[in-house]
Amino acid sequence: MISLDVSDLGIAAALVLLLALLSLRLHGGISRQLLIAATRTAVQLTLIGLVLKTLFAHAQFVWVALLALAMLLIAGREVLVRQERRFLGWRGYAVGTLSMFLSSFAVTVFALVVILGEQPWYAPQYAIPLLGMLLGNTMNGIAISMDRLTQTAWDQRHVIEARLMLGERWDRAIAAYRRQALRSGMIPIINAMAAAGVVSLPGMMTGQILAGAPPVEAVKYQVLIMFLISAGTGLGTLAAVSIGARNLFDRRQRLCLDRLRTPR
Amino acid sequence: MPFLAGNRPVAFPANGILPLSKTPPLLQIKALAVPNVAPVTLTLQARECLCLSGASGTGKTLLLRALADLDPHAGELLLADVASTRISADLWRRQVGLLPPESSWWEVRAGDHFRTGATLPLARLGLGEALLDAPVSRLSSGERQRLALLRLLANRPRVLLLDEPTANLDPENSRRVEALIADYRDSRPAGVIWVSHDPAQVDRVATRRAVLEGGRLQEAGGVTQP
Repeated sequence: MISLDVSDLGIAAALVLLLALLSLRLHGGISRQLLIAATRTAVQLTLIGLVLKTLFAHAQFVWVALLALAMLLIAGREVLVRQERRFLGWRGYAVGTLSMFLSSFAVTVFALVVILGEQPWYAPQYAIPLLGMLLGNTMNGIAISMDRLTQTAWDQRHVIEARLMLGERWDRAIAAYRRQALRSGMIPIINAMAAAGVVSLPGMMTGQILAGAPPVEAVKYQVLIMFLISAGTGLGTLAAVSIGARNLFDRRQRLCLDRLRTPR
Repeated sequence: MPFLAGNRPVAFPANGILPLSKTPPLLQIKALAVPNVAPVTLTLQARECLCLSGASGTGKTLLLRALADLDPHAGELLLADVASTRISADLWRRQVGLLPPESSWWEVRAGDHFRTGATLPLARLGLGEALLDAPVSRLSSGERQRLALLRLLANRPRVLLLDEPTANLDPENSRRVEALIADYRDSRPAGVIWVSHDPAQVDRVATRRAVLEGGRLQEAGGVTQP
């Protein structure tokens, strides 16, 4: 593998700077965001690189678990801020985080124990990257589907209430919007699987090939990851949409839109 | 036989007339709290039509929503002596049916909102059968309002909560709606709470009247039975 040094990264950073300057001249209005995001990438990845280096040297369960928990909580917050009409209070955080915990953690542990079978099963070289990829993708699916669910519930509140007035149960009154939300959360991963290898070369496979792995080995890992991601995203979205839909109603099956934040 | 205890024949009085006190009131409202309205207590019998008037924004719509258990509320609601909290909310709403001023539709075809095979008194409201096959978006607001009434009546509710049911209708169709509701009220028999801004309509349909004013629900004068 060709090792990169600071000057190599500096050249790539110059491209981003150039883009920011160009955006400034054209009043694109995103140069600030672009630079902040680029800086965050460099700082966050450097830090996680150091964390992983230390973690690999001390592969103890408690440290792996702590890092996994931190990743989960950060992903939970990320899901929350991406929703326009998110649930207020503890509900907002709980729905997304619980769903990600149920799906990403379950699928990661399953893959580590049953498929990879490394000793110990929590070996950080496998556990952390796998969990990271799963969390990143389920996070997207859950954020998209929850955003869709709460937004549609708001837009269609008159229809939902009209159905309640006619004596329909809450789950029937919201079923169509629940389905839509589930679909929109699953579409990115379905598209990614459909386009994999034809339109796009997935990042993980590319990385392994760059690191010198035989292409067919890299492909096998990529297929595994894609399947795990789609299972994780599907489970996570299903859980989030189910818990979310239930929480839009109270015990007397009333639509409680006051549980959602009103976007400014 | 103890397992038949529930079906034991009612002991008839010698004169063959059941004492009236044995029939529970259809709808009892006990200290119902609605925003900006003093707690509402009243009783509605079957075949009664209580007309509710008052300036807009006084809480008439919120009162009806609370009766249909669509908004959280304090106070007690009983349908034939059964508290609303003792039956599931969907079952309550089937029996205490609310018709909102604006109807909502979710299927493409109007007919898809009705159970298949249901016989609907379309002609009585001046509507044609072909209307059921039309996309809802092509119907006029008056047609939608009348269809929404039929959709609600198809549930055979025991209490009808009508929020300006003839607001988009011409006088002729308003009369048709009034006649259909009166027939339903007598045959089901059902109790009706009817929000109306038209004093002439109130004169035609009301058996009792109440006004919501200054945060109080006040029932007008004597009860007139038609």
